[in-house]
Amino acid sequence: MAILEKTEMLTNAAGRIVPELANGRSQVPYMGVGKYVPSGCKSAPPIRTAAEYPSNGDKRVANLETALRKCGLRDGMVISSHHHLRDGDRVALMALEAASLIGAKDLMWFPSASFPSQKSAIALMEAGVIDHIEGSMNGPLGDYCTQGKMRGMGVLRPHGGRWQAIQDGEVHLDIAVIAAPTADPFGNCDGSHGKSACGSLGFALADSIYADHVIVVTDNLVAFPCVPWQIQGNNVDFVVEVESIGDPAKIVSGTTQITRSPDRLRIAEFVARFLRDAGIMRNGFSFQAGSGGIALAFVGYLKQMMKQADVKARFVRGGSTKYLVELLEEGLTDYILDGQTFDLEGIRSIASNPRHVATSPFTSYNYHGKGNFASLVDAVVLGATEVDINFNANVVTHSDGRLLHGIGGWQNCLASGCTILAVPSFRDRIPVIVDEVTTLCGPGELIDVVATERGIAINPRRQDLLNAVKGSTLPIRTIEEIKNEVERICGGKARRLQRTEKPVAIVKWVDGTVIDTIWQVP
Amino acid sequence: MGNGVIIDTVAGGVAGHCGPEVRSDLQVRIEPRQRGGLEIKLESRVDAYYGDSIRRQAEEVLEALVVKNAHVEIYDEGALPFVIAARIEVAARRAGFGEGTRVLLDQFPLREPSTRDRMRRSRLYVPGSEPKYFINAALHESDGIILDLEDSVHINEKDSARLLVRNALRAVDFLNCERMVRVNQIPLGFEDLDEIVPECPDLILLPKVEHPEQVIEVDRRISKIQSDYGLTRIIWLMPILESALGIENAFVIAKASERVVALTIGLEDYTADLGVVKTSAGNESLFARQRVVNAACAAGVQAIDSVFGDVGDMEGLQAWAANSRALGFQGMGCVHPSQIAVIHESFAPSASELEKARRILAAYEEAQAKGLGVVSLGSKMIDPPVVHRALRLMATARDMGVVR
Repeated sequence: MAILEKTEMLTNAAGRIVPELANGRSQVPYMGVGKYVPSGCKSAPPIRTAAEYPSNGDKRVANLETALRKCGLRDGMVISSHHHLRDGDRVALMALEAASLIGAKDLMWFPSASFPSQKSAIALMEAGVIDHIEGSMNGPLGDYCTQGKMRGMGVLRPHGGRWQAIQDGEVHLDIAVIAAPTADPFGNCDGSHGKSACGSLGFALADSIYADHVIVVTDNLVAFPCVPWQIQGNNVDFVVEVESIGDPAKIVSGTTQITRSPDRLRIAEFVARFLRDAGIMRNGFSFQAGSGGIALAFVGYLKQMMKQADVKARFVRGGSTKYLVELLEEGLTDYILDGQTFDLEGIRSIASNPRHVATSPFTSYNYHGKGNFASLVDAVVLGATEVDINFNANVVTHSDGRLLHGIGGWQNCLASGCTILAVPSFRDRIPVIVDEVTTLCGPGELIDVVATERGIAINPRRQDLLNAVKGSTLPIRTIEEIKNEVERICGGKARRLQRTEKPVAIVKWVDGTVIDTIWQVP
Repeated sequence: MGNGVIIDTVAGGVAGHCGPEVRSDLQVRIEPRQRGGLEIKLESRVDAYYGDSIRRQAEEVLEALVVKNAHVEIYDEGALPFVIAARIEVAARRAGFGEGTRVLLDQFPLREPSTRDRMRRSRLYVPGSEPKYFINAALHESDGIILDLEDSVHINEKDSARLLVRNALRAVDFLNCERMVRVNQIPLGFEDLDEIVPECPDLILLPKVEHPEQVIEVDRRISKIQSDYGLTRIIWLMPILESALGIENAFVIAKASERVVALTIGLEDYTADLGVVKTSAGNESLFARQRVVNAACAAGVQAIDSVFGDVGDMEGLQAWAANSRALGFQGMGCVHPSQIAVIHESFAPSASELEKARRILAAYEEAQAKGLGVVSLGSKMIDPPVVHRALRLMATARDMGVVR
């Protein structure tokens, strides 16, 4: 059991204080971008033989409890789950509750992300069933962690870092539980069909390959073969059929909405104009934008500009929504390479259009891959909770140190040719552009542009971009100018967070080193 | 954080709003006491960052208003300092303090005074009681921002909006926008003027004007206040004609004061006065709008159209604005920032108009160079007014940045 241990604190290459030890495992402090090059072999699951599995291919068992028992569940194991069903997921809690019924203790829950609807995991932590969570935490789970109530230390990784940690053995997966919108009795499964269809199952792919045991849970069992199969049944131990794996209303939104806030629309338009004026928007280019209101509006503006200039993208990266689907269907991009699928139009497209392709964190983000797609993308549009005058950014905590978001693919995306943070310069009275970020998630050397409603700041390291937009009508300003203006509006600098001395979670960089610490809030 | 529902049992002053849905505002409750000094209770969404600053500001404002003994509760939802000051001052005044005292913030450096004939294509209405819209209003680059004290403000909130607007005129940077305030009809409008005029708005909109005397009265009041404060910066007037009588008197209203730079029309009230339905085609108000254009032209002031109320209908807006321009209006009102770009585009000369104007002017110059009295373009004779119109079109296009 990993009661928060005494640990030495070290200063990493970014000047942040980080623990040497987390959950009994020694940590490598962040060394700089691309500096950490570990060696050795990748982990591997135990050898299995087909002789151990039913020759008729029927791996079904009665329920999750039976499956967990057959997997040899015992105290201290690592159970993984995934967030492709987003806030609608029921399977992760079903599995953890089944583990609780069996009497397991001190488990490590390894979700690719947790959601507010999974707040009853707090009761399981209180009861000692779960020792700690390694994965994004927000809402009630985030508060539980930052209030110092979780016994072990939280570990936040980006999507690619999760794959990296599995491959280099930092995290050993005992049992992976995969929620499957469609599956066959052999364990082949897919996310683009069924009443709980969610699109890509890419987050679960690593777990299916590397976990000691793999359980597929479905509410839409089809006769063999389940086609297409994004997860291969050849990696699956057991299949469990349940009434419902999730709440469809919370798995995908019927319609994703573009922001109506004039200030946010202005930011979105600035970003699109920046891509155009800097010459990034040209035939054969690529971009990635998320599902936030600003990102969606950005896609709308960029689409108009692409049409006007008769420019076509080679590929765009999702999180896909109807706005990306429109680009694909109107011939403005050759492909959507999709990490996750946010709305019904996205689901329809990925299920029917061969040019709408499901990807995984392995192809897109993994540090232990022989390259990954993130660095091939020309421009990416991301959010942030804070950005400082050195272009360092925070995406996980509020300015008061409370956990707000997971990292998602955010850190991995910083590898793109042009990383643009599209953020309001302040929220209510709280400045977003600050002297120093509360929690460092992204080093400033990888953040090229900060677009706010009060103007666009280009990182001085990117003289090429500064030159490219000379003559543009965009309001290009220094980040200090924007920061000073925000401080004037807000009535001075916000008081810096008074943190405690107790680390409650660590933030990993894409290579598995520790870039910053999240401290218990006072 | 404020819970928003507080039963009003104390004899005191309450101002502003709080609650989970409220942003960038606050509620202040002041209960006078006989003794015991000042007791300030603060709950703020941004307490961790600005709690000390809010407490300090509250003490300063209350001291200026000579509030010595009182129980003060502040429920803040991330309001900016100019809002906090205004809400505290209103609550104090409502509780009977601060008679005759104006608590003024530092004046943000004013830009050049506006000119009589500056561009007024677009003017964005911002409700005077919704401070969250103030701070970024000018970013959307309308030609003017109207801080509205009239129809968008509930009758019980007039005093509160007035101080918010006053503070905004001192503390908010409205960039290159003309700073406009729509006051209430007199006599209530006089109270607005007393508070607003010293803060040097560029232009005041007068609602529901029917007689030139109303304009003259306001002109005199402005001059009186300015002379009391020793101010000389020009304040223009834009009367709004919103009734059949106002339309009939358009010309004399436009001529009533040197301060009048534009006439505009309010179609909701006008159509109600006629007892007709306001349509998107606008046939029912065609006469009135043409009358405004003609009277404004005759009086040498600008004619500005009403607003287009359907924020979701961009095509309708575009059609309305194009028609407005064709009728002779030089601008119109906006109820949402998304309307601004559409309006600017619609009021800008089109490429074909510019091309035609260029050809006319080239022919004119050629004729001048040759010493010819008669200018012709192809088979057409070009009269002097045609040349004049082409010159005006090019000048407008330059002002709008359409041509260099």
